[in-house]
Amino acid sequence: MAIDTVLWSRLVTGLTLGFHVIFATIGVGIPLMIAIAEFIGIRKKDPHYTLMAKRWSRGFVISVAVGVVTGTAISLQLALVWPNFMKMAGNVIALPLFMEVFAFFFEAIFLGIYLYTWDRFKNPYIHWLLTIPIVAGAGMSAVFITTVNGFMNQPGGFVMEAGQFTAIDPVQAMLNTATFSKVFHVLSSAYLTGAALLAGIAAFAMLRKGVSTYHKKSLNLMMAVVLLFGLLNTLAGDVSAKFLAEHQPEKLAAAEWHFETGSGVDLVLMGWLNAEHEVLGALHLPKLLSFLAFGDFNAEVTGLEEFPKEEWPPLLVHYLFDLMVGIGFALLAISVLYFLFVFKKRNALNKWMLSILALIAPLAFLAVELGWFYAEVGRQPWIIRGYMRVEEAATSSPNVRIIFFALLLLYIVLGSMCVIVLRRLFNNNPAEVEMEKWMKDHPNQSTDKGGTA
Amino acid sequence: MMSYELIGISVLWLFLYGYLIIASIDFGAGFFAFYARLTKQDHLINRLISRYLSPVWEITNVFFIFFYIGIVGFFPDTAYYYGSALLVPGSIAVVLLAIRGSFYAFENYGSKKNIVYLFLYGATGLLIPASLSVALTLSEGGFIVEQGETVSLDYWALFTNPLSWSIVGLAIVSVLFISGSFLTFYASRAEDHSALKLMRNYALFWSTPTIILALTAFIYLGQHNERHFQNMMDLWWLLALSIAFFMTAMWLLYNGRRYGLAFICIMLQFFSAFFAYGIGQYPYILDPYITIQSSATSPAMGLALVVVFIGGLCLLIPSLILVFKLFLFDADYVKGKK
Repeated sequence: MAIDTVLWSRLVTGLTLGFHVIFATIGVGIPLMIAIAEFIGIRKKDPHYTLMAKRWSRGFVISVAVGVVTGTAISLQLALVWPNFMKMAGNVIALPLFMEVFAFFFEAIFLGIYLYTWDRFKNPYIHWLLTIPIVAGAGMSAVFITTVNGFMNQPGGFVMEAGQFTAIDPVQAMLNTATFSKVFHVLSSAYLTGAALLAGIAAFAMLRKGVSTYHKKSLNLMMAVVLLFGLLNTLAGDVSAKFLAEHQPEKLAAAEWHFETGSGVDLVLMGWLNAEHEVLGALHLPKLLSFLAFGDFNAEVTGLEEFPKEEWPPLLVHYLFDLMVGIGFALLAISVLYFLFVFKKRNALNKWMLSILALIAPLAFLAVELGWFYAEVGRQPWIIRGYMRVEEAATSSPNVRIIFFALLLLYIVLGSMCVIVLRRLFNNNPAEVEMEKWMKDHPNQSTDKGGTA
Repeated sequence: MMSYELIGISVLWLFLYGYLIIASIDFGAGFFAFYARLTKQDHLINRLISRYLSPVWEITNVFFIFFYIGIVGFFPDTAYYYGSALLVPGSIAVVLLAIRGSFYAFENYGSKKNIVYLFLYGATGLLIPASLSVALTLSEGGFIVEQGETVSLDYWALFTNPLSWSIVGLAIVSVLFISGSFLTFYASRAEDHSALKLMRNYALFWSTPTIILALTAFIYLGQHNERHFQNMMDLWWLLALSIAFFMTAMWLLYNGRRYGLAFICIMLQFFSAFFAYGIGQYPYILDPYITIQSSATSPAMGLALVVVFIGGLCLLIPSLILVFKLFLFDADYVKGKK
C-alpha cells in the first residue's frame, strides 16, 4: 500500500511538471523574442516587427495564464504530495523558492503594465523598456527554481545530524555544484525553444497560406535566434555532461549504458539491452564518451557497477538522453541549413524547407520534455540525492490516486482550451489583415523597408 | 529586537491580509460579472470590471503563492502537517484556481462573451475562498488526527462542526462585500453612474450577512477553542475598532458619498478583525501541534529570508505604486479613455 501511494505521488508530480514545463518554457523564452522584435521595430521604424511583438504578446498572455496556474499547482503540490520532503528540505531551499516568487511577482506586475500601455507613451522606447523587467523576471525565476532542482541533485550547504539538516548555509545550498550547468542549460534551451516555436509558427503559416512579408521577416529573425541559442545550448549540454561525469557519474553512466569503469569509452547510440546488460544493435562512436565527459579521448569514465544496484537509475533513461541530444543537434543543423540557403540565394522558402522548419517547434518542446524526464528519472531513487529516498518523502494518503485523475482531466481541458482559444485568436485575425488596418491608420509610412515579399 | 520568526509571521500575516483584500475584489468581481449577465445588467458593469482586472489578475495570484511559500519557508513544519492533512481540499483549491485563472485569460484575451467561461469564472470565485478557508478552520485544532507516522484530516469532525461552516460562510459573504464596495468606489472614479448604483446596492446588500456571520463565527470559535476566544476578548478594543470602521463605512455608503473613504474604512475594519484573530491565535500556527517557536526554520535561513524580503519589497513597492498610478488612480484610464 505504501509503495502504491509513492508511485501515484510520482505520477501526480510528473504529470503536473510535464504539463507545466511546456508553458514555463514559453514563459521564459517568448518575452525575450517579444523584446527583440519590438526593439527592431522601433529601431528600423518597421511596423512589421512591432506587429510581431503585439501579436506574440497577445498569444503569450494566454499561455502565461496556463503557466501561472500550473505553477501554482506545482508549488502547492510540494507540500501536499511531498510533506516529509518539505519538512526536511524546507529549511534549506526556502530561500530560492521565496526569491522565485519575487522574480515572478516582478514579472507579473510589468507584464500587466506592458500589455495595457501600448499607446500611452510618446517615446516608444519607454514602452520597450518595460520588456526588460519582464525578460529579467522570467529569466530569474527560472534561475532560482533551477537552483532548487540543483540542490536536490547535489545537496550542499548543511551538516547532517541525526536525520536533520543543521548548520544551514542557504546561499551555499543555492550555489551548489549542479547549479551553474543546470541554469545555463535551462536558459539556453528555453530561449532556443521560444524562438523555435515562433519560427515554426511562421513556417507553418507560410506553408498553409503562401509566403508573406510579415512571416518571412519573422522566420528570418527567429531562425537567427535559433542558430545563436542552438550553439549556446550545445555548449551548455557539453558543460552539463562534464558536470555529470564528475559529480553524478551514475546518471551519465545510466544514460550511456556504461557498466564497467574503463578508459577510452565509446559513446553508445540507441540499441537495446539483453538480460545480461549487454548492449546490442547500437551504434558505437569510439572513445567519444570519454571525450564528452572529460575532454580527453582516453579519460577514465566511472561505470554503473561501481554503485550498489538499488541506487541505479532506471536504464530506460538512455533513450531519453539520446533523443534529447539528437534533437538538439537536428535543430542546430536545420538552422545552419536555412541560412546556407539564404546566403546562397537559393529559395529557402520552398515547400520542403518550410515543412522541415515547421517541425522545429514540436521538436524543440519534445527535447525539453525528454531532457527534464532524463534529469529527473536519472536521479531516482533519490529525492535529495544521497540523503532522502523518494518513498520516504511521499504523502501516505491513498487519496493521491484520485487526485492524479482529477489533475489529468484538468490538464486535458486546459491544454485543449488553450489551443482552441489561441487558434481562434490568430485564425480570425491574420497578420496581413492587421497590417492593412495599420496602413490605413498611418498612410504616410511604408512597410517595405527591409525586404519585399 | 524582535526574533526573526515573529517578524516572519507578522509579515506573512500582513501578506495574507493583502491577499484577502485584493483576492476578494477579484473573486467577487467574477461573481458579480456572472450575476449581472444572468440578470441582463452586464452592459452596466462588465467593462468596468474587466478594465480594472485585466492588468492586475496575475498579481493577485502571486500574493497567494507569496504567502504560501513564505509560511513553508519560515515554518517548514507547517508543510508537513497542513500538507498531509490538506491533500484533498488543497488539491480542490488547485483545480479551482487553475480553472479560474486560465478561463479568465481565455475569456478576456481570447474569445469574449462566452457564458460557460463566465459561469466557471464566477462560480470558482466563491468556491475558492470556501476551500481556502478550510486551512483557517484547521488551525483551531481538533480536525487533524495523528497516528504514528500518518497525519490525516478528520472529515467527519470538519463537516459536522458549525465553526467550519460559519467560517466558510463568512469567507464567501465578505468576498462579496469587499468586492462590491471596491467596485462602487471604482465606478465612482469612472463617473459611471449606472454601474455605481448597481454596485452600491450589492455592497449594501452584502454588508448585513457579513456582520452577522462574523458574529456567528466568533461565537462558535468560543465554543471550539476557549483559549483563542479569550485572547481575542482581551483584544476587545481591536474588535470594537473593527465595528466602528464598519459603521462608518456603512454610513458613507448609505449616504452615497466619499466612496474612497468608505472602502478604506472597510479595509481597516477587516484589518483590525484579522489582526485580532491572528494575535489571539499566537503562539500557535496549528493548535496544538505547531507553535511559532517550535516550527521555526534555522536562524541562518530565517535571516536570509528576512533580508531577501526587505530587498524584494524595495523592488515591489515602487512597481506596485506604478501599477496603481497607471490603472487605479489615472482618471482617464479608469474612465476608459486610454
